[in-house]
Amino acid sequence: MSVDVLMPALSPTMEEGTLAKWHVKVGDKVSSGDVIAEIETDKATMEVEAVDEGVVEAILVPEGAEGVKVNVPIARLTGEGAASPAPSAATPAPEVVAAPTPVAPTAAAAAPVPAPAVVLADPEIPADAKLIKTTVRDALRDAMAEEMRNDPTVFLMGEEVAQYQGAYKVSRDLLQEFGAKRVIDTPITEHGFAGLGVGAAMGGLKPIVEFMTFNFAMQAIDQIINSAAKTLYMSGGQIRCSIVFRGPNGAASRVAAQHSQDYSAWYANVPGLKVVAPYDAADAKGLLKAAIRDPNPVIFLEHEMMYGHEFEVPEGDHVLPIGKAKVRRVGVHVTLTAHSRMVGLALEAAEALAKDGIEAEVIDLRTLRPLDHETILTSVRKTNRLVSCEEGWGPMGVGAEVVARVVEHAFDYLDAPPLRVHQEDVPMPYAANLEALALPTVDKIVAAAKAVCYR
Amino acid sequence: MARAPKAAKTAATALSSSNSVSKEDLLNFYREMLLIRRFEERAGQLYGMGLIGGFCHLYIGQEAIAVGMQSVKQPGDQVITGYRDHGHMLACGMDPREVMAELTGRAAGASKGKGGSMHMFSTTADFYGGHGIVGAQVSLGTGLGLSNYYSDNGKVAFVYFGDGATNQGQVYESFNMAELWSLPVVYVIENNQYAMGTSVERASAETHLYKRGVSFNIPGAEVDGMDVVAVREAGLKAAEHARSGKGPFILEMKTYRYRGHSMSDPAKYRTREEVDAVRKTRDPIDHLQERLETSGWADEAALKAIDAEVKKIVADAAEFARTAPEPDPSELYTDVYLETAAQ
Ligand SMILES: Cc1ncc(C[n+]2csc(CCOP(=O)(O)OP(=O)(O)O)c2C)c(N)n1
Ligand SMILES: [Mg+2]
Repeated sequence: MSVDVLMPALSPTMEEGTLAKWHVKVGDKVSSGDVIAEIETDKATMEVEAVDEGVVEAILVPEGAEGVKVNVPIARLTGEGAASPAPSAATPAPEVVAAPTPVAPTAAAAAPVPAPAVVLADPEIPADAKLIKTTVRDALRDAMAEEMRNDPTVFLMGEEVAQYQGAYKVSRDLLQEFGAKRVIDTPITEHGFAGLGVGAAMGGLKPIVEFMTFNFAMQAIDQIINSAAKTLYMSGGQIRCSIVFRGPNGAASRVAAQHSQDYSAWYANVPGLKVVAPYDAADAKGLLKAAIRDPNPVIFLEHEMMYGHEFEVPEGDHVLPIGKAKVRRVGVHVTLTAHSRMVGLALEAAEALAKDGIEAEVIDLRTLRPLDHETILTSVRKTNRLVSCEEGWGPMGVGAEVVARVVEHAFDYLDAPPLRVHQEDVPMPYAANLEALALPTVDKIVAAAKAVCYR
Repeated sequence: MARAPKAAKTAATALSSSNSVSKEDLLNFYREMLLIRRFEERAGQLYGMGLIGGFCHLYIGQEAIAVGMQSVKQPGDQVITGYRDHGHMLACGMDPREVMAELTGRAAGASKGKGGSMHMFSTTADFYGGHGIVGAQVSLGTGLGLSNYYSDNGKVAFVYFGDGATNQGQVYESFNMAELWSLPVVYVIENNQYAMGTSVERASAETHLYKRGVSFNIPGAEVDGMDVVAVREAGLKAAEHARSGKGPFILEMKTYRYRGHSMSDPAKYRTREEVDAVRKTRDPIDHLQERLETSGWADEAALKAIDAEVKKIVADAAEFARTAPEPDPSELYTDVYLETAAQ
């Protein structure tokens, strides 16, 4: 009896890869743990180890083949392993079936996010600017590199940022360019290195502190709030703290409650902090550069599921103002507000709504503190209807604040009670079907928009 | 809390070996280590097929620690660890089916599919998780020790954490209280030499991690974590120390993880030769197999039979985990709160 060796997934979002190299040939005997092949994705090269013992009976995918889909048989073994055959590849993986959101996975990063009906020129971007396709990941890296070139007091520290090139490869090549004094690998000690960062900022440096994810910043949140946010005030304006805390925030795929939380509302609640949460690569770059230059502590919330997405970024020293929202799609019937990855979902929802004759205006908040409520109010005064979208929990959330501002300043313009779309009010479950139910989706946004339009 | 009286002691740095293991013990160790190894290989395979999602940290290479330490546990002693938890759960006697079904996110999983690889628990097996935040389990485990001390139940909490975790501040806050109050805790540092891509040398000013309790007066010992018998011997002494009211003990287990940190780790921070050398010369299962064969306690055929039995258990668990139903959608909202008792 023989067993198929299948193209493995290296990460929850991988769909295909390149079969870079075979380490075995037909007739070779392999045992469990032997490296049989190398496969590559845009993020990494990995060795495939044999799980079963046996003899290579056939090589089904040649060396160098690109775009090999996960779960396709790549080789066949004969032998002992046949006693425990691999589960049939024909069974669809539940994860794929219940992919939590329509956002394209990293491996398919080129898949375009649907273009809004009206593409709006950003007033901050010169009309003749040369645009270069860049991933969010590289835009963030470029922002750090440019600021480090400009200002010798800027440095980066965090877990795996230097030699490993970043757990999500955001700091790729920075160690090579700037050296170990300015790109610092820390031990796993978030409370400690966040405190060191704040102290170094008080001493006049401009640290960029990377949290591998914001879930781990919980270890450090005391230094962020009690020290970074409040010291300027407590010292009567004497002690400054120009520091950026950055890293991926929000839900990743299938990593469950302790690794999937959106902290937007937590930090946006605190005076003394600025909070930025960009959606596309141009904003990621322009706002990170602004955050690094800002004399205040800035919380910079990225999103793991956006890192691989490509967008156009203006060439050169592209810096955007913190505290300005952006109208991403013009509409007249309902205003959708969103930030970070949810902007993409709101834009998709707007496309779906347009098919039913509802033209939604989509506002990308970009900065949560200070919140640009003028842009929201201007829109609501036109559409008279509001749906806020966020990945985090609803109670006391970003949407709660957006709705409160609108009710305070534009109550008379509202034709329907505003609605909020957000994560269900439970910790993030692991199971694929429950996770899909817990997350906010395009369908949920569409339903809420229709509800406020009484449709 | 008042400091409990205790016997004077000196920091042990080496634990002598006695012969506390029988043939049956060794055959059991062999079977349990093999079960963990085969289980993890299969989990890696299911991950590659997309049946397991998110992060999945395999225990391959470290089997002797969970199995050797398990053998010194008494009923009611608690175990707590981080996200590299599958091996510990199997060693605690949890059903491979419920562990694998949690990995695939099914209703029959140990956490009803809600926790996944990193967050599994079993009150019946006295297994307190499965924690995703590096270092958190050290304070939690010390708290389990506090509950034992408080109720004077004679139980010991076994708290496992990695070399990387030893740099978290809460570890030392916990060490201080554990010694101050003589809590019955055995701290087991699984030093597999890397925290993700960072070697111990690049992260730790003192690389002899068993000395990390020195400034708290907690005794520590370095142990060959690839030798199940050495693990057991050290575990017996440490557990005895903790159980007799003398307070915590630190065991630094020298070990190695064969696979990447998690499934998506390209592992460029070490060479293939380094991994192969450990596999060839220090493998805990090969080591025990040799010991069993040279002592004449088992021949190749007997060990093959164990292998076949283990493979069957793992194949059954995988099939179960693949076909078991997902949780009912209504489970999304359960277990957030307990009902408040009627007044
Ligand atoms: C507080 C916190 N910081 C960072 C992480 C990300 N992370 C997960 S495991 C890990 C490495 C831990 O290494 P070690 O303690 O040696 O355990 P091992 O993985 O080797 O078993 C890191 C950095 C985390 N889960 N929690
Ligand atoms: Mg380690």
